[in-house]
Amino acid sequence: MSTPYAKLPAWADYGLIPLINLSVAFIVAGFVVMLVGENPLRAAVILVEGAFGKGTGIAFTLFYATTFIFTGLSVAVAAHCGLFNIGTEGQAYIAGLGIAIVCLSFDSTLPWWLTFPLAIVASALVGALWALIPAYLQAKRGSHIVITTIMFNFIAASIMVYLLVGPLKPAGSQAPQTRNFLAGAELPKLNWIIELFGAKIRSAPLNISFLLALAMAFLVWLLIWRTKLGYEMRTYGHSPKAARYAGISETRIIITAMMISGALAGMMALNPVMGDQHNVAIDFVSGAGFVGIAVALMGRLHPVGIVLAAMLFGMLYQGGAELAFEMPAISRDMIVIIQGLVILFAGALEHMFRPYIQALFASFSPKSVGMQAVNGKGA
Amino acid sequence: MDIFNAIIQVLDSTVRLSVPLLLACLAGLYSERAGIFDIGLEGKMLVGAFAGAAAASVFHSALIGLGMAVLISVAFALVHGFASITHRGNQIVSGVAINFIAAGSTIILGQAWFQQGGRTPALQPGERFEAITWPGADAIRDVPIIGPIYAELLSGHSILVYFAFAMVPFTWWVLYRTRFGLRLRAVGENPAAVDTAGISVAWLRYRALICTGILTGFAGAYLSMVQNGGFVKDMTAGKGYIALAALIFAKWKPVNAMFACLLFGFLDAASIRLQGTPLPIVGKVSVQFMQALPYVLTVILLAGFIGKAIPPRAGGVPYVKER
Amino acid sequence: MAQAAIELIGINKSFGAVRANRDINLEIARGTIHGIVGENGAGKSTLMSILYGFYQADSGEIRVGGKPASIKTPNDAIALGIGMVHQHFMLVDNFSVLENIILGAENDALLKSSIAKARSELERLEREYGLEVDPDAIIEELPVGLQQRVEILKALYRGAEILILDEPTGVLTPAEADHLFRILRQLKEQGKTVVLITHKLREIMAITDTVSVMRQGTMVATRETGKTTVEELAELMVGRRVLLRVEKGEAAAGGVKLAIKNLTVRDSRGVTMVDDISFDVRAGEIVGIAGVAGNGQSELLEAVSGIRRAVSGSVMLDGKPIDLTGNADPGELRDRGLAHVPEDRHHVGLVLAFEENENSILGYHDDPRYLRGPFLNIDAIMADASDKIEKYDIRPGNPRLKTANFSGGNQQKIVLAREIEQDPGVLIVGQPTRGVDVGAIEFIHKRLIAMRDQGKAVLVVSVELDEIRSLSDRILVMFAGRIVGERGPDATEGELGLLMAGVEHQEAAL
Repeated sequence: MSTPYAKLPAWADYGLIPLINLSVAFIVAGFVVMLVGENPLRAAVILVEGAFGKGTGIAFTLFYATTFIFTGLSVAVAAHCGLFNIGTEGQAYIAGLGIAIVCLSFDSTLPWWLTFPLAIVASALVGALWALIPAYLQAKRGSHIVITTIMFNFIAASIMVYLLVGPLKPAGSQAPQTRNFLAGAELPKLNWIIELFGAKIRSAPLNISFLLALAMAFLVWLLIWRTKLGYEMRTYGHSPKAARYAGISETRIIITAMMISGALAGMMALNPVMGDQHNVAIDFVSGAGFVGIAVALMGRLHPVGIVLAAMLFGMLYQGGAELAFEMPAISRDMIVIIQGLVILFAGALEHMFRPYIQALFASFSPKSVGMQAVNGKGA
Repeated sequence: MDIFNAIIQVLDSTVRLSVPLLLACLAGLYSERAGIFDIGLEGKMLVGAFAGAAAASVFHSALIGLGMAVLISVAFALVHGFASITHRGNQIVSGVAINFIAAGSTIILGQAWFQQGGRTPALQPGERFEAITWPGADAIRDVPIIGPIYAELLSGHSILVYFAFAMVPFTWWVLYRTRFGLRLRAVGENPAAVDTAGISVAWLRYRALICTGILTGFAGAYLSMVQNGGFVKDMTAGKGYIALAALIFAKWKPVNAMFACLLFGFLDAASIRLQGTPLPIVGKVSVQFMQALPYVLTVILLAGFIGKAIPPRAGGVPYVKER
Repeated sequence: MAQAAIELIGINKSFGAVRANRDINLEIARGTIHGIVGENGAGKSTLMSILYGFYQADSGEIRVGGKPASIKTPNDAIALGIGMVHQHFMLVDNFSVLENIILGAENDALLKSSIAKARSELERLEREYGLEVDPDAIIEELPVGLQQRVEILKALYRGAEILILDEPTGVLTPAEADHLFRILRQLKEQGKTVVLITHKLREIMAITDTVSVMRQGTMVATRETGKTTVEELAELMVGRRVLLRVEKGEAAAGGVKLAIKNLTVRDSRGVTMVDDISFDVRAGEIVGIAGVAGNGQSELLEAVSGIRRAVSGSVMLDGKPIDLTGNADPGELRDRGLAHVPEDRHHVGLVLAFEENENSILGYHDDPRYLRGPFLNIDAIMADASDKIEKYDIRPGNPRLKTANFSGGNQQKIVLAREIEQDPGVLIVGQPTRGVDVGAIEFIHKRLIAMRDQGKAVLVVSVELDEIRSLSDRILVMFAGRIVGERGPDATEGELGLLMAGVEHQEAAL
C-alpha cells in the first residue's frame, strides 16, 4: 500500500499524468464522434469556439463551472477523509427544498442581499443534514457509505418529486415546479465583468454564486491544508488506525467531513435555482453531482485543480450545446460520454500510464525517479 | 372475484417488473461474489437494451438482437475488468464511468443511426420476444382460481421471463456445486488463497465479470425487446441500482435474490396499481413513497436493523500480491 | 549424502533497488528436515516464494529431484510435488475444511466427486499421520493450530513430497508447536522433505537435520545441525558479534507511575488476549515485556494507550485512573503524560503519505504550540520538525519529504522524537527496533535509557529477547495472555525462553 510506485517529480505527477489521461479520454471521445460520421477535429473547434468564442459563451461556461466547482469540492472534501460521497447529487437536489423555503418566504419582503445569505445557510444546512444520515450509519453501524448515499439519491429524488408535484406546486399550475421567485430571490448577474473586457453578452445566467464558489474553493484549501480539522480529516483518510492512535474520533471526523461535503453539495443548488431558473423544478441538478466526481478526480482533489477541471467541464457543457446546434448528429449527451471517459481514464485507470512515464523518466535521468523510496521497505 | 383478479393482475405485473431486476441482480451476484463491486449494472443493462433493440431492428431477428445485447454488455463488463482487475483501479469509480459512457453513447449512437430522438425503431413481430402461451391455457382460463393462475400468472410470458427464473436455481447450482463456483466464492473471500492454490485470480475474476455481462445483456434485452417494443433513452431508469439494493438485501445469495427482486417488483407493481386508490387505514399512498421504499428498506438493512448484510470479504479491494 | 530433493543455483531476485536474494546456492537432501534461519528481512520468505512459484527469480536455476525445473506459477510447483504452508494461512475463512482442501485441486468441473475423494483422502491422512480434523468444520471456527493442520493437509492432498513451512510456530502455543514438530518428524519418516523457515534458533536445534543461514539476502552458511551450536548460528545470522548491551547504570526506581491491576482485554473476535494481568512501572525504570508474538502483548499496549477497550481491570496513571471503557481517547492520555510508540509504525504510528513535519505532530496536533486558533501554525510545526531532525539525526533532513521515503530506522526515529520530546512521564514502546538498521538500534536504545535516567517510567514490549535483556531493569514474561514470571536483567536466555514457552504452566517442553 505504502509506495506502490517510485517517485516522480511533482510537475509530472500533478501535471503530465492527468494531462495524458485527459488526452486519452478525448481521443476515445474523438472516435465516438467519428463513429457517428462527424469530424472530431471540427467538433473540437466548434466546442472551444462555442465556449470561449463570444462573451455569452464565456459567461455560460463560467455559469456551468460554478455548479461543478461546488460539486467537485463536495466530492473532494469527503475523499480527503477517505469517504466516497456519491450522494452529492441527492444532497444538492434536496437542498433545493431549503432554498425554496427561504425564497418563497422572503422574496417579496427582503432584498436579494438578505435572501442570499439566508439561502446559503439553508442550502448548506439541508445538504449537510442529508449527508448526516449516511455518515452516521457509516460511523456507527458500518454501513457502506457508497451504497447508502446511492440509496439516498433515490430517496431524495422521490421526496422532491412528491413535493414538486404536490405541496410546493402552486394551485392551477401543471408544471412540476414551485412558483417563480420574485426579485428578492434573484441573484445579480456577473456578466458585466466579462463585458469589461469588451465582449458583448446577450443574456447569460452567470451570477454572483460564481464568486461564492471561488470563495468556497479557497476555504476548502484552507480547511484541508491549513486547519487542525483538515489535518485530522487527512489523517483519517490515509489511515483510520493512525487517526485512532492520534486520538481523533472516528465518528466525529466522518460525520464532520460528510456534513461539510453535503453543505458544499447543497450550495450548488443556489446557482441554477436562484441564479438562473428562479424556481425549483424537477431534476434541476441533472447529473451535476456526478460531474463532481469527474471534476474532483481530474482536479486531483486540490481546489485549484477542481476549479480548472470545473472550467473544463463548463466549457464542455457550453461548447457541447453549440456543438449540438452545429452538428445535428451530436447532441449534448456527447458530454456525458466524455465525462464517463474522463472518470474512467483519470479515475479508474489513473495509474495505467504511470509505469511508462516512470520508465521514461528513469531512462532520461535515474536520479529524478528518487530510488530512495524503496528503502521504506522496513519491517 | 374482483379482488382475486386484481391480485392476479398485480402478481402478474410483479413478475414482469421483477425480471429485469432479477437478471441484473444475479449479474451483480457473480461479480460481487468474486470480489468486484459493480455499480455499473445500470450502464451495462442500458447498453444491452440499446444494442439488443438496435440489432433486432436492423437484422429483423430477436435472436441476433439478444446476441448483440449480450456481446456489448460483456464488452462493457470487460472494460470494468480492465480497470479494476488489470489496473487495480477503484471499482466504484470505474462503475460510475461505465454508467456515464453507457448513458451518453446509447443516445448519441441511437440518434446518429436511427434519427428518432435517441429511440430505436419500434420492433416488429419477429424482432421481439413474444409471449409464450402454455398448452391449454386458453381452455382453462375460466376455471376459478386455477384458471387465472395458470393462464395469467404462469403462462403468457416471454421466454426471457422463464429464463430469468431458471437462472436462480442454475446460479445456485453453479455457485455451490461446480468447481467454477467454488473458486468464484473463494476469490471473493480470500484471493491470496486462490492465488497460492495455483489459480489465476485475474482470469477467474474476468470470467465472473463475463457472467455479469451476459446477464446484464439479457436484462437489457428484456427491457427493450419484451417489456417495451424498442429502446428509449435512459430506459433502465435506476433499475441497475435497485438490483444492487436487492443484491444487498439478498445478502449475496441467489434464492434470496429472487425473493428480494420479487418484493421490489411487487412494490413497483402495487404503486402503479394503487395510483390514486385509497387503501384502508393508511389512506392514499403516494407513488413516490412506494418508489422510494426499496431504497429505504435497503438502508435499514444496511444499518443492521434487520439482520446484517456481510459482503464478500475481499469485495472492492484490488488484489495485489503481498511482499 | 542422500539424493538432493531441491537444488537452487545462483538465484537472484530484486524488488526495485532492494536485492532480496543474491546468488543463492542451496541443496536440500531428500527425506530430511532442513532449516533456513535469518533475521526478519534476510530474504528467507522471498527465496521460498520463488521455489513455490509465487515470484520469479531474476536469474538462477532450480532443480527438483535432480532435474531442471521451470517454476512459473504455484501450479508448476504443485505439479513438481512442492507444497507450502504460508505464515499467513491461505484459507478461505467461511469455507469448510473440505472446500479448502479441494480448492484448486478439483477432479473435474463438478464438485461431487472431488468432495468424495477428499473425504476419503482425509481419512487416510488422518490414519497415516494422525492429522485429525473435522472435514465439515468451518475454518474460522477452528483454533489456529487446526487451521495450520488444514494447510498441511492441503499440501499433502496435492501430493506434496517437499513441504515448505514459513514461520509455522509464530502463531502456535508451545503445545501446538510440539504437535506440529511430531507431525513433521512423521512426515520425514515417510520420506518427505521438509523445509522450515524460522528465526527461532531453538526450533532449528530441536528438529532440523541441516540448517542454512541467510543474512541480508545472501546465503552465508549451511551446517549439519548436530555439528553446530546456537551461538554459532546466531553469530552467522547477525554477521558480527553484536553486543546489544548498551552501557547503562543502576536503575534508581522511584514511585509507581503506571499501575495495572487485573486487566483483561479481548480481541475483535472476543478471544481473551490479556487475562487478568497486574504489574507496576515505576519512575526511573525500564520494564520489559518478553514473549512470543501473539501472546497478548499487542492488546496490552493498545488497552493501556487507550486505543483498545478493556473488558475489566484498572490502570492508574500517576495515581489517577484511566478510563478503560474505550471512551478514553488516546489524546487525553497524552495530555496526562503518557506517550506511546506503537508496534506498527506504518499504519498506526505514522501516516506514510504525509510529509515528515506533518507526522512530527501526529497525536499532538491539539497542542496549542502547533496551532493558531483552528489553524495549523505551519511556521511553528516546521521549526519544531527541523529541531527534532537535528536532535535525532533523522536522514534525509528534509521535513517536507514524504514519510514513506524515509528508511525504517529513520521512520522510527520520527516517531520516537515526537513522543520523547513531549517529555512524557510514562513512555510505552512496542517493538522499538523492528525493521530498524543496526546503527539506529543503538541510538534508539540509548534514548530509551536516557529517558529512564531522567526518572521516567518506560515500558518496552519486544519479541527480541536480546533487546529485552539489554534494556530492561525488570523483565516480565507474557504467555497466553498472562504474566508467567518476573526476572531481573541478568536472567539467562534459556531461563526466559522456557518461560516464554509457557513451560511453568505446562509439562510439555521442546
